[in-house]
Amino acid sequence: MADQFAALIIVVPLIASIFVPVIGWWKKRLCYPWVVAVLVIPLISSLSVLNTVMTTGKFSYRLGGWAPPWGIEYMLDHLSAFVLVIVSSISLIVAIYSKKSVEDNLPEKTVPFYTLFLLLVTGLMGIVITGDVFNLFVFLEISALSCYALIAIGEEGAPMATFNYIIIGTIGACFYLLGIGYLYIATGSLNMADLANILPDLYHSKVILVAFAFFTVGLAIKAGLFPMHVWLPDAYCAAPSAVSALIAPLMTKVAAYVMIRIMFTVFQPHFSVEIVPVFVILGWLSVFAIFWGGIKALAQTDLKRMLVYIVVAEVGYIVIGVSVANRMGLTGAILHIMNDAVMMACLFLVVGAVLYKTGTRDIHQLRHLNKKMPFTMAAFTITALSMVGIPPACGFFSKWYLILGTIEAGQWVWAAALLCSSLINAVLFFRVIECAYLKPMEPAYAHNGGETTHEEIQRDEAPLTMLVPIVIMAAGVILLGIFSGKIISSVIQFAVPASF
Amino acid sequence: MLDYVISKYNFWIYIILMMIGLYAMIGKKNLIKKLIGMNIFQSAIILFYVSIGVKAGATVPILSGHGHGHEAIDAASYINPLPHVLMLTAIVVSIATTGIALATLILIYRKYNTLEEDEILKIRKETGA
Amino acid sequence: MDVLYSSRPLWAVLVSMIAAFLILATGEKNRNIRESWTIMAALAKFLIVFSMVPVILQGKVIEYTIVTFYPGLLLQFRVDAFGMLFGVIASSLWIATSFYSIGYVRGLNEHAQTRYFFAFAMCLSSTIGIAFSANLLTFLVFYEILTIATYPLVIHKESNEGIMGGRKYLAYTLTAGCVLLFAIAMIYYMTGTLDFKAGGFMTGSGSSTVLIMLFAMLIFGFGVKAGIMPMHEWLPTAMVAPTPVSALLHAVAVVKAGVFGCLRVILYVFGPGLLHDLGIWLIMAYIASFTVVVAGFLALGQDHLKRRLAFSTINNLALIVVGAALLTKSSMTGGIIHMANHAFMKITLFFCAGALHVKMHKDYVSQLDGIGRQMPLTMGAFAIAAIGLSGIPPMSGFISKWFLCLGALEANQIIFLFVFMTSAMLDVAFFFPIIYNSFFKKPLDDVAPHFDEAPMFMVIPLVITALLSIVFGIVPDAFFRFFSLTSLAVQNIMGVG
Repeated sequence: MADQFAALIIVVPLIASIFVPVIGWWKKRLCYPWVVAVLVIPLISSLSVLNTVMTTGKFSYRLGGWAPPWGIEYMLDHLSAFVLVIVSSISLIVAIYSKKSVEDNLPEKTVPFYTLFLLLVTGLMGIVITGDVFNLFVFLEISALSCYALIAIGEEGAPMATFNYIIIGTIGACFYLLGIGYLYIATGSLNMADLANILPDLYHSKVILVAFAFFTVGLAIKAGLFPMHVWLPDAYCAAPSAVSALIAPLMTKVAAYVMIRIMFTVFQPHFSVEIVPVFVILGWLSVFAIFWGGIKALAQTDLKRMLVYIVVAEVGYIVIGVSVANRMGLTGAILHIMNDAVMMACLFLVVGAVLYKTGTRDIHQLRHLNKKMPFTMAAFTITALSMVGIPPACGFFSKWYLILGTIEAGQWVWAAALLCSSLINAVLFFRVIECAYLKPMEPAYAHNGGETTHEEIQRDEAPLTMLVPIVIMAAGVILLGIFSGKIISSVIQFAVPASF
Repeated sequence: MLDYVISKYNFWIYIILMMIGLYAMIGKKNLIKKLIGMNIFQSAIILFYVSIGVKAGATVPILSGHGHGHEAIDAASYINPLPHVLMLTAIVVSIATTGIALATLILIYRKYNTLEEDEILKIRKETGA
Repeated sequence: MDVLYSSRPLWAVLVSMIAAFLILATGEKNRNIRESWTIMAALAKFLIVFSMVPVILQGKVIEYTIVTFYPGLLLQFRVDAFGMLFGVIASSLWIATSFYSIGYVRGLNEHAQTRYFFAFAMCLSSTIGIAFSANLLTFLVFYEILTIATYPLVIHKESNEGIMGGRKYLAYTLTAGCVLLFAIAMIYYMTGTLDFKAGGFMTGSGSSTVLIMLFAMLIFGFGVKAGIMPMHEWLPTAMVAPTPVSALLHAVAVVKAGVFGCLRVILYVFGPGLLHDLGIWLIMAYIASFTVVVAGFLALGQDHLKRRLAFSTINNLALIVVGAALLTKSSMTGGIIHMANHAFMKITLFFCAGALHVKMHKDYVSQLDGIGRQMPLTMGAFAIAAIGLSGIPPMSGFISKWFLCLGALEANQIIFLFVFMTSAMLDVAFFFPIIYNSFFKKPLDDVAPHFDEAPMFMVIPLVITALLSIVFGIVPDAFFRFFSLTSLAVQNIMGVG
């Protein structure tokens, strides 16, 4: 059984998602426990896979026993096992969280929601685990389709946002498909490890160069890198709370993971740096992404929209880490995939909880939240400090490595961009913290410090199924920061390609 | 030069189709037309893939007759079936995407009573949606 | 240098962190239990810190590694003489401030007391972390934690000025943090190590331009907290915080952490040798002297008592930096011992200001006529500390000023002698009127003619710190061994650089 764990990760949620409508037709209340129970299995499997990879090194799993390159192979190395654990744990946490949110927002659509949820999770994990480029396309589309449907059941403006996302996302996936096509013409293989062997001889052929270009643009669209991010703000904002809590941390990060895979595993780093200087372009685009995301976020009064623009900036971080193409930067990028997933999950969970309890997402309406929802706001504050880059929360450590990476690459503007964005984040989050924790600024009359007429503000904390995931995520933010050294030395160090 | 164009006519056709699709997706205001553009775009890619499997003088990749057993076949006389298989998947994906897009369009139509993008944007700006 | 491996530095930091969470858990309902956490943590921390002093004085260092990220990149504590000095200052004064805080917040019936004590404990945790940091990375980590931990204290009043003061504070300190992050990353990239080494470790690791630029960035980053001009603006604005906050944090912990950082950079990262080669020590000394003089003049113009004290703090901190920048044995001794002496004297002054606020609700110098009759202990302590800061024996301020002047002579820079004289005269100019007014002028109407001091919880600490200022002036090594630690630190630096 243990050596089948790699397959379980995909098979279990996939089959379970087919059962959800059946269960839902019988008893709607049972959908939620079913989903939570099902998602525990991929988590345990991915943890065991990570353990195996850490102890014995990378291994591959052949679906159905067919040998590659004819069969589909799952490639489990440090990077994929690492991202698998992130994806499965966050999906479990969001699934636990989703109960109240779905009851509140989407009462009559519970069954389709959970079906699509499981499909989305299947798709994401499939993308991470697979070692075959076409299989990746299939999973990419599975996750994208479920994502489109999940977003469409959201609030105002969701249908238009979804349609835009469909159009642009399909362009991205089709570019990726074209890239596969060109690679197949030139090499005759679809298996990543196989391609990595065949490709070095072909690096100067035009077909390969075009394939690489298509891959890059397609994945950049999927990842939401500036300027292909235009679908992101509307789509993520219009989605229901539980959905954005799932897709915001995961979808763009998984796409960034695919970028790393293609650029560093399929195409060797040597190609991506010297033959096609794509990293310079990507780096500058990420700088724009960081600034654009930060500045747009400053202009928002809707908390969720502000967070969505921050997601755009965070994608920029990861791609800068990839673009500097050295060990430190890539360590920072991979660490940031984990950190950003956890931070964004926590933030979106908090926003969802606040929306559930207070019915508003407007920053200026968030008075006295520290009294009403102390734990939620504490989690928000911890994550906000992490986004600003205050140690010992995890954000500081990824920023440190990213800055080291940019210095090593001699890209001073990129380093300055990273630092400026810390300051922009500080302004963004302290604005919210001030509104939530402190009294509003009185316009004219002087206030002697000390005496306040506190009407007894009742504590009205989020329900437990929402609160526990939030607290777990916030604890994760700090723990991952404290243990980042361990994580780097045992996992990430090996995930970075050895030629750096 | 001319025979360069003619010998690779399949690639040219697919490029033209792809560009038509892209233009429709971006340039057209009607949402259905955008969707059709998306379909054209995806079809172009499907055609491209199928076309790359073709070999000169080869036949359909179906083994005829029963008695052939497990002997090896001459690969050069059958066209490559793998792209066909991949494209079956892609066609299914394309259908699913179209289905979801059409469902979304129904939602949009119910909400805004029009499928013209500029009118929808105007309505959204006015109602603040 | 013998190294002793012990987890005592970690415990010194953790003690108040644990207490902070206990405070949070205890909450407003059990005030006395909550206060007892603070006091127990303060005493425990001081005992742990002080227990390491004998080891340090034997010439050893105590090391404890928390986690290693990469070779050369680690979170580590190393307690050496200089760090021990700062640690003892902070932990000993926290005991006094804890009692004082209790008196203050209860005397004014402040709101959000739990948040106040929680943040205070976290600040002290980070301060001791800064004191015991072995390298720039650990320093930066605790420095940033200190910034965030002090924010709730600065905005405690939640008034307009409080919030604006908090914003300004964050703007300055977080920008400094970013610059520091960049500079430290550069240093790691250039040298592969970040460990503090007496006498510096940067020699020969880059071109002069790059080194000067890095030095400027580091001093900028630490100088914000240290109040070097022109980065000092946040300090007078932060005086809107409650007085114990201003006392401990803005006279002792936060600003001293900034000065500590500057000194670490000057003496332990760059080192006297390199700074002489680069020629920037003189420029640094000039900039700091400029701060000394200008801050002194600005203090004259302040009527708000705490703001006047804030400028005096800026003045004195810059004196410490001048002392370090002059790079001679005596000047360094003077600068470092002034860290200790100034801490005790300034905290006395702030304690007095707080006592005046609580008892008489007086914040302005012009309101202090004749108050000495009613509150002789408070104003007496104020007088002692003020005279001490001016450099008049037998208070401890004289010792530091003496060494600083000696250092200026050793460096053959007479101009700094004049700077020190001017600073002394300015001190007299802005403190003596307060002393004179409070004792010798006719009392204002609301002054009671009999003895009516501030609550005892507040008066006792300030009397103790004032008396200690006198004791340190006569026997600089009394109780806390400040002078021995200072000489040991200077010896380590000069011995290498």
